[in-house]
Amino acid sequence: MPLNQDFVGRSYTSEVPFQVGREHIRQFARAIGDDNPLYHDVAAAKAAGHADLLAPPTFLVTTIPGSLGLPTDDPALGLDYSLVVHGEQRFTFHRPLVAGDELVVRSTLASIRPVGRNEVLVTAYDFLTTSGELVAEGTCSLVSRGTAPPR
Amino acid sequence: MPSTVSAVSYDEVAVGTEIGDRIFTLRRSDLVRYAGASGDFNPIHWNERVAQEAGLPGVLAHGMLTMATAGRLVTDWAGDPGAVIEYGVKFSSPVVVPDDDEGAQVSVQGVVEKKLDGGRVVVNLTVRHQGAKVLMAARATVQLS
Repeated sequence: MPLNQDFVGRSYTSEVPFQVGREHIRQFARAIGDDNPLYHDVAAAKAAGHADLLAPPTFLVTTIPGSLGLPTDDPALGLDYSLVVHGEQRFTFHRPLVAGDELVVRSTLASIRPVGRNEVLVTAYDFLTTSGELVAEGTCSLVSRGTAPPR
Repeated sequence: MPSTVSAVSYDEVAVGTEIGDRIFTLRRSDLVRYAGASGDFNPIHWNERVAQEAGLPGVLAHGMLTMATAGRLVTDWAGDPGAVIEYGVKFSSPVVVPDDDEGAQVSVQGVVEKKLDGGRVVVNLTVRHQGAKVLMAARATVQLS
């Protein structure tokens, strides 16, 4: 079953801000095996010019609501999660993410297009602080295997 | 606060400068730890039975863990990860992580591919597991001093 094109262009904004916490940054850094002091030592992060502990670049993925980076779990989209693989991921930073930031994530389902027998869903993200500062942007492509409409 | 600057000097790097060549090991315990820290509890990343039922060759590392691991070559080179202003990858082949003490070895090599205006460079990463490229178009833009 092809995915529902009606969802293209829909935007979703996280209802509860995501607070970037020191212990979560440390836990995430340990999980990627990274002992960079700027992720663990507040004094080192401040000495390097950061307001607080720095978050690793891919930490942003933890702030996205929902599963697989998808902004909606509405069954009307027609997505079978067991057919999904991660295609691409990209982040662009306007400034580094640090502990204490409270993020609101605006996710837009940018496109659904057939590629061979698969369909590719692209979601675009704006990562804003609760005061409206754009901290980062991102995109995620998911591949829905074998659901392209027959040609 | 704007992006911070790497201690690496823009004038001292050239297109083709190698930033590192390392091997990272991913074991099942790393996948469990990453699941907890990231909140991605998809069982194909820790449960052999579910992975096989999904038709996969085995338990797979999270793509985002592979991306984070490859990115360490860049952030370690930059010194200050806040100097990374863009990072993107395509996932081209999965990393199967066996249930043993050796785990899966992921090799990461990085080369300066382009020098941009404003003291920025683009680093291209080559990321392999058992000879296959697991990431494609893996590139980071870094603010140098």
